[in-house]
Amino acid sequence: MKDFLSVWRRHKFLFEELVKRDFKKKYKRTLLGVGWSVMMPLLTLLVMKVVFEQFFGRNMEHYTTYLFCGNLLFCWFGEATNAGMRSLYGNASIFTKVNVPKYLFLFSGNVQTLINFILTLCVFFAFCAIDGVSFTWKFLLLAYPVATMLVFIMGVGLILSALYMFFRDLDYLWSVFLQLLMYGSAIFYTIDKMPAKAQFVFACNPVYRHIAYFREIVLSGTVPSLGTHIVLAGFAVAAYATGAWMYRRYNTRFLYYV
Amino acid sequence: MSDTAPAIVCSNVSIRYMIGDFKNIGLKEWVMHRLTGRYHVEEFWADRNITFSLDRGDMLGIVGSNGAGKSTLLKVVSGIMEPTLGSVKRRGRVSALLELASGFDADLTVKENAYLRGAMLGYTRKFMDETYPYIISFSGLEAFADRPFKQLSSGMKSRLAFAIASLVKPEILILDEVLAVGDGAFREKSEKKMREILGSGATTILVSHSLGQIRALCNKVLWLEKGEQIVFSDDVAGVCDSYEEFLRSPAGTKAQFDPGKIAAKRAAAKAEAERQAAERRRQEEERRRKAAEAAAELARLRADSAKLAEVRRILKGGGR
Repeated sequence: MKDFLSVWRRHKFLFEELVKRDFKKKYKRTLLGVGWSVMMPLLTLLVMKVVFEQFFGRNMEHYTTYLFCGNLLFCWFGEATNAGMRSLYGNASIFTKVNVPKYLFLFSGNVQTLINFILTLCVFFAFCAIDGVSFTWKFLLLAYPVATMLVFIMGVGLILSALYMFFRDLDYLWSVFLQLLMYGSAIFYTIDKMPAKAQFVFACNPVYRHIAYFREIVLSGTVPSLGTHIVLAGFAVAAYATGAWMYRRYNTRFLYYV
Repeated sequence: MSDTAPAIVCSNVSIRYMIGDFKNIGLKEWVMHRLTGRYHVEEFWADRNITFSLDRGDMLGIVGSNGAGKSTLLKVVSGIMEPTLGSVKRRGRVSALLELASGFDADLTVKENAYLRGAMLGYTRKFMDETYPYIISFSGLEAFADRPFKQLSSGMKSRLAFAIASLVKPEILILDEVLAVGDGAFREKSEKKMREILGSGATTILVSHSLGQIRALCNKVLWLEKGEQIVFSDDVAGVCDSYEEFLRSPAGTKAQFDPGKIAAKRAAAKAEAERQAAERRRQEEERRRKAAEAAAELARLRADSAKLAEVRRILKGGGR
């Protein structure tokens, strides 16, 4: 812990500058840039709402909010892992010349996507209000899945960015996988009528578990079980530990692959 | 940490690169490679058995032709890479300035790039706030501070890079071809600045293709050729001489440092210089002797002509 603090103190300035850089590059110094990245999940939401309500005739209560829960978390995961995957390779010109902790590049990108997520989350709450969802103190608990999701995203980012150094076609595979994940995260359908076996598969999906946590608080107004909390933390820790292990193992070898 | 302990000890450092079909491949190629076994990876030793040690305040110059393994060695000494074999021990904070002009971000402004670079070099924000005006004026980029970096010329980029990098106050300084950048006026300024840094007592390693710089600045020298250590020595002039001779000699000549040969050469040069000086002295003597003779002759002639005039005068008087 003391170690961590000293590393943080030493590299705080660099980290801040990297975050600023990512921000400026992404939004090209326009306010509209920020607007667009909030718009994106909303537009996807709109498409889904129209498709599934009009064509497939889904008519459950608070369906928009139900959709939004899934979309909110899934878009965050997709955006953050896609950006994270390229973070190490994209900064090769820096880490081959200066001895800096390599995970800083990933984490600075994560800060950026986290801010995006938080902005979208605000919009989400506004939608909840419009949709007539009753706000309770339990909404405060949403901080927990946000925290575990953040660590999980960081972990997956570490793994992907390390692998991307070795396999440059990973981004194609990952975008296919994300599509599979989207259909497998019950964003626009419910799973309670599915057989137990299928439900078990969903239970193993970290993104789905986070979405389900959100839905339970927002739509049902109940607090998820202790087991759910443990599982979410377990996903986060497992992903992060794997990623950290890879970075430790390949730390000085990445530059051979540039 | 005692003051007499060496600042850098590099013992038997070897660095192996892998080259071949493993870079820039995708998962697809990788699987195909594994399945068919048709891939080719070669080992390449960039450096082999490099051994040297530097005391505090030493200044080491590294010479060698392109591809000798100089930059790779610097990467290992600065901790960016790990040696495949051997070890490097450092005492003190290391600052490495490698390939300065690269690694900037084309989309950021000059100011943003300056801060980012400063952060990479381990400066604090406070320090950057204080020194930023100086950086900008030193690099002469006042008019460009808020322009995107891609609008700058490459000379301007390296000027900015140098201005930021030259603020370091490390205990160990590693420089790769960064002394003196830019055009005439800036080159002078940067050279002066460089001397200031070098005079601050930091242990320095310097790679340069300018032997003049190495001769003028370094007290130790390491000569690498194709990854092999030819010599590590404190006879800077001698090693530089024999490296220069190696550069002039036809391709295929074996690089070697022979102190005896160099000493003999130097003695011969000295003898030759002495011989020439003696010759010059002899010629001078001769010239003086001749001048004196001529002067004597002139005096004699003058006396004769006076006598002649006298005789003429007497004859004229007698005839009247």
